[in-house]
Amino acid sequence: MINKLVFENLKHRWVRTVLTAVVIGVQVTLILTIVGLSKGMLQDSARRARGVGAQIWLKPEGSSSFTLASAQVNEKFVGFVSKQPHVDTALGVLIAQVFGFTSMAGVDYDKFVEMTGGVKYLAGGPLRQPDDIVVDQYYQKQNSIKVGQTLKILNHPWHVAGVIEEGKLSHLIVSLSRLQSLTGNTGRVTQIVVKVDNPANTQTAVDQLNTVLKGNLHAVSIDELTSLYNVNNLPPLKGFINVITALSIFVGFLVVFLSLYTAVIERTREIGVLKALGAKPVKILDILIRETILLAIFGCIIGILLSYAAKAVIMWYAPAFLQVVIVPDWWPIAAVIAIVGALLGAVYPGLKAARQDPIEALAYD
Amino acid sequence: MTSDSIIQVRGLQKVYRTGDVPVRALRGIDLDVARGEFLAVIGPSGSGKSTLFHILGGLAAPTDGEVIVDGQNIRDLSDARRTELRQHKVGFVFQKYNLLPTLTALDNILIARYLARQNGPLSDDFKRILDLLGITKRLDHKPRALSGGEQQRVAIARALVNRPAIVLADEPTGNLDTENSTIVLELLRAINHDRGQTILMITHNPEAAAFADRVVAIRDGRIAVDNPG
Ligand SMILES: Nc1ncnc2c1ncn2[C@@H]1O[C@H](COP(=O)(O)OP(=O)(O)O)[C@@H](O)[C@H]1O
Ligand SMILES: [Mg+2]
Repeated sequence: MINKLVFENLKHRWVRTVLTAVVIGVQVTLILTIVGLSKGMLQDSARRARGVGAQIWLKPEGSSSFTLASAQVNEKFVGFVSKQPHVDTALGVLIAQVFGFTSMAGVDYDKFVEMTGGVKYLAGGPLRQPDDIVVDQYYQKQNSIKVGQTLKILNHPWHVAGVIEEGKLSHLIVSLSRLQSLTGNTGRVTQIVVKVDNPANTQTAVDQLNTVLKGNLHAVSIDELTSLYNVNNLPPLKGFINVITALSIFVGFLVVFLSLYTAVIERTREIGVLKALGAKPVKILDILIRETILLAIFGCIIGILLSYAAKAVIMWYAPAFLQVVIVPDWWPIAAVIAIVGALLGAVYPGLKAARQDPIEALAYD
Repeated sequence: MTSDSIIQVRGLQKVYRTGDVPVRALRGIDLDVARGEFLAVIGPSGSGKSTLFHILGGLAAPTDGEVIVDGQNIRDLSDARRTELRQHKVGFVFQKYNLLPTLTALDNILIARYLARQNGPLSDDFKRILDLLGITKRLDHKPRALSGGEQQRVAIARALVNRPAIVLADEPTGNLDTENSTIVLELLRAINHDRGQTILMITHNPEAAAFADRVVAIRDGRIAVDNPG
């Protein structure tokens, strides 16, 4: 009965209901898209690491994480790792953020080619000079790049030496030593990617590496990392997501506050009638809380649908830089965020309604 | 003070202190209403009629005096107990019908049952009341699809659904034309006769008051005339 009243109330002022739910939905989409983007980017990196034949990622101990760009690994570990049992090739990679989510990778190019088992050039050829750059076909297409032209990236002029197939480590590949000096990371790399002698030995190699590198580096299999993904693996994004979450709660609070506040004022008489019929203040609060939660749930549904739309737009707009995935495991989290914001917004109007004197409401007789 | 009085009021005062100046709405009301009586309350606007009803129905607390409703002293009741009084012992009918606009006529009636924590299907007895009120076929409609007379009859059904001992009707015909007024007044009288429910009705209209067993007039917060009809 009470649910019917709640539902009919929402239906009665459906424009307000829809607008409120859409605002909540946009917040939900924002969260889902950012998480989906970070997960998509990680999966894309994993795919491109696999594209060069790697099975294992090595990161500094403690930051079990996939940090987007920080160079904390001493280069000398590359040689050490490559001598370990089951390790076929170890490649030190320095990642530099170019802009947004786009990054470039500095590698020992010969080892890169060796690990990949030969690189196919769609145009041009390998790196020869320190300032040469190799781009992949996506980046080439998106920016209409021609071999031989100069690209200004990180305030440095690069000479485009070749175009390679997509899915090899990074969209942009340059010489490790050049990128190290350019970014002030001499002697350091961001991560080491490892190709094992036989993929069946991946777990053995991971365990072994973690034993010998204890206290220095941490090894994870790439398959495991992508499946264990959660936002806490991404410290730089964690802060960002916290900000977005706080913002979502605040916006949810504001929109529900306004919407419910108007509803309570508009329904002064109806609330008075319910009280005259024997509704206690908590019952009035109960009705408004149900209404709020229903609004938040509508908002979540809209948000989830919008996240598919956002994904479509992003993938259509910039396929080379941005990878977004749908993150159903985050739907409940986003729902909780939406509901918390909405409930906070319901507190004041709800108490106002619960405390309202029924006589004043009915006094217009 | 006779023991078969369902309502006993002695020296009732009510002062509103909501504005800058206190308003003495009731200044010492004495009133007895017998069980099963149909009482009309008349008086000019602002004389305190609605205030009296709100106190009798447990919607407002008295400032001073004794008010005993069906054996319970209103002054001794907590807010929660006064709410229970409204759920079970009294039914309100208002001038402006006050149906919930988003619910159908039937749901407007059912919500009163729900708030009184009554479940199960409507009793045959109550279905007879719906027939008597002539709204059985109109129950699926929302209030805005009903005429004023129909809305007021739904409101009466809502007031009766929990079988309250007392019905407090505050100008129930104030918004109705003569024809609909007569229908509503006859229904109230029929319910009073057939079911023995005590009915108190505020009205401005002497013809409406004539439907009652007894008429009391209130002026400036006091009973001016108590005139057994
Ligand atoms: N909630 C209220 N707050 C303050 N004053 C009120 C309130 N309700 C009624 N009054 C005042 O009390 C007096 C009696 O009002 P009321 O009982 O509504 O009279 P009636 O129903 O006879 O017209 C009036 O002066 C009115 O302005
Ligand atoms: Mg009045």
